[in-house]
Amino acid sequence: MTDTSLTLAEQESRRRRRQTRRALLAPALIIILAISIMPLGITALYSFLTPGTYGGVIWEFTPDAYVQFLFERDIFDGTLQFNDSYLTIYMRSIGLAFGATIGALLIGFPTAYFIATKPREQRNFWLFLITLPFWTNLLIRTYAMLLILRDEGLINLSLMGVGVIERPLSILYTDTAVFIGLIYTYLPFMVLPLYASLEKLDFRLVEAGYDLYANRFRVLRHIIAPIAKPGIIAGCILVFIPGLGAYITPALLGGGKKLMIGNMIAIQFGSSRNWPFGSAAALILMALVVIALLIYARSVSKGARAHG
Amino acid sequence: MADTPPLAAGATAQSTRRRMRSRDLKAMPGFKAAGWACIFALYLPLVVLVIFSFNDNRSVVKWTEFSLRWYEAAMENEGIRNAAWMSVKVALVATVFSTIAATMAALATTRTAAFRGQGLAYGIINQPLMIPEIVTAISTLSLFSLVKQLTGITGVGYLMAAHTAFCIPFAYMPIRARLEDMTLTLEQAGADLYATPWQTFRHITLPLLMPGILAGAMLAFVVSLDDVIITLMVAGPGETTLPIYILGALRRGITPEINAVSTILVGVSVLLVLVLFLVQGKMKK
Repeated sequence: MTDTSLTLAEQESRRRRRQTRRALLAPALIIILAISIMPLGITALYSFLTPGTYGGVIWEFTPDAYVQFLFERDIFDGTLQFNDSYLTIYMRSIGLAFGATIGALLIGFPTAYFIATKPREQRNFWLFLITLPFWTNLLIRTYAMLLILRDEGLINLSLMGVGVIERPLSILYTDTAVFIGLIYTYLPFMVLPLYASLEKLDFRLVEAGYDLYANRFRVLRHIIAPIAKPGIIAGCILVFIPGLGAYITPALLGGGKKLMIGNMIAIQFGSSRNWPFGSAAALILMALVVIALLIYARSVSKGARAHG
Repeated sequence: MADTPPLAAGATAQSTRRRMRSRDLKAMPGFKAAGWACIFALYLPLVVLVIFSFNDNRSVVKWTEFSLRWYEAAMENEGIRNAAWMSVKVALVATVFSTIAATMAALATTRTAAFRGQGLAYGIINQPLMIPEIVTAISTLSLFSLVKQLTGITGVGYLMAAHTAFCIPFAYMPIRARLEDMTLTLEQAGADLYATPWQTFRHITLPLLMPGILAGAMLAFVVSLDDVIITLMVAGPGETTLPIYILGALRRGITPEINAVSTILVGVSVLLVLVLFLVQGKMKK
């Protein structure tokens, strides 16, 4: 008797807890589902519609947006001809994002190592210095970079002052400028996960390496790098994905001539007034992101298996 | 632990050699220089920007004299004043709603037993972080244009709603972290003394959670204040926020006035994050 009434009371309280949880979760989930996830479905839908003359869409289904990605329709006879101009923008973006990822890794790794080997009480301060720029406006940081890279900017002035060059290097509005800007923007994303994995490094392993007559490079290559691998992979993903969809960096430092995917998509929703094509381009970008995430998930689970 | 060199038993030649080297066990050639260079490079552009905002000259290159004229010019510029007001309005509304939603969600994901679909809930809450911002921006634009067409309702509410959505994961992170650090003891004690769940929440959980909620609210505010891409796509005419104003001004040409406005905006973000950092540092002690 008491047993069943207890379980009844328990069931009742469990049910109530479930209700409370649902009610607590509801606002956040509803807002994000409605304003962030549902729109992705609308984008998918729009990518199969016909562009309206003044932006927006006309409700006629057509796969034209995806065809336009690779082919150009001849105005006179309507035949399709292969057109690689959009593909080129995607390849450039992948190349730039990948290059920036490698660049950020080469700068970020020594930096994270430097912080991780600082005395414990100083580390938080250094991490703070690394993260602070992340919380300042991306647009303003990019503008600050533009001031430095200009023909009469700090870099050129100091190089000319020292006498290394006679005329200013034109860095601004080139791929180099976008590349430097991407590294500058996303460097904190690389340093933080690297630091998280390097902080746990047991230096007795490093010592063992030296005792076995390994030189510094071999210790770095065979002891430190494998331990930091989860941080390296996470950092690379965190730089590559936003780098691939970057908008502000190429818009300001590339001068609108050197387009990346993000700018190309924005143009479709602005002056080009081709929302379906912009939607299709965004979905192709999403597909690239998902591929990158799948590679990440695979390497993480592989690492976990190798350790376990 | 790893900082102290292991003591070798007996002063053999081997251990002396080891101890000598253990002094620079952690050193890697050039890494220290790289670390300093990295910090230097992160701050150099911002420092140049700030310095030239105080320059008494139209040029953003040649220094002449210290002056506040560009700040005065910025203050007197009605476009800048309106944009700043719009930024603050949107950020405040987004902060309030996103922090409330994030606090509730954090309570649900930490203060109740593990449940089916918990991973999914995490995934949904963090979703805005995982998608390139430009994709979120054009998707939100598509949704809102559809809603506007169907209902005919326009206004700044759309922009505020969009900001609320992407602020939720930022507000959620510190609140959840704070809840996970808090022990359940006090809450259980409250319940033992016949407090109702609401009383326990109101008088025990909420006061303890307050630093986390403040941290979340500050992050949400900063993130909303700094947003460019989503605002650029979603904002209707007359809904220019400060970053959008700066972007437009940059397209027309570079003036020290932009440096002055940028310095103010950077200053506000840095100040908020600095306060947050100090508060959290104190919390841990």
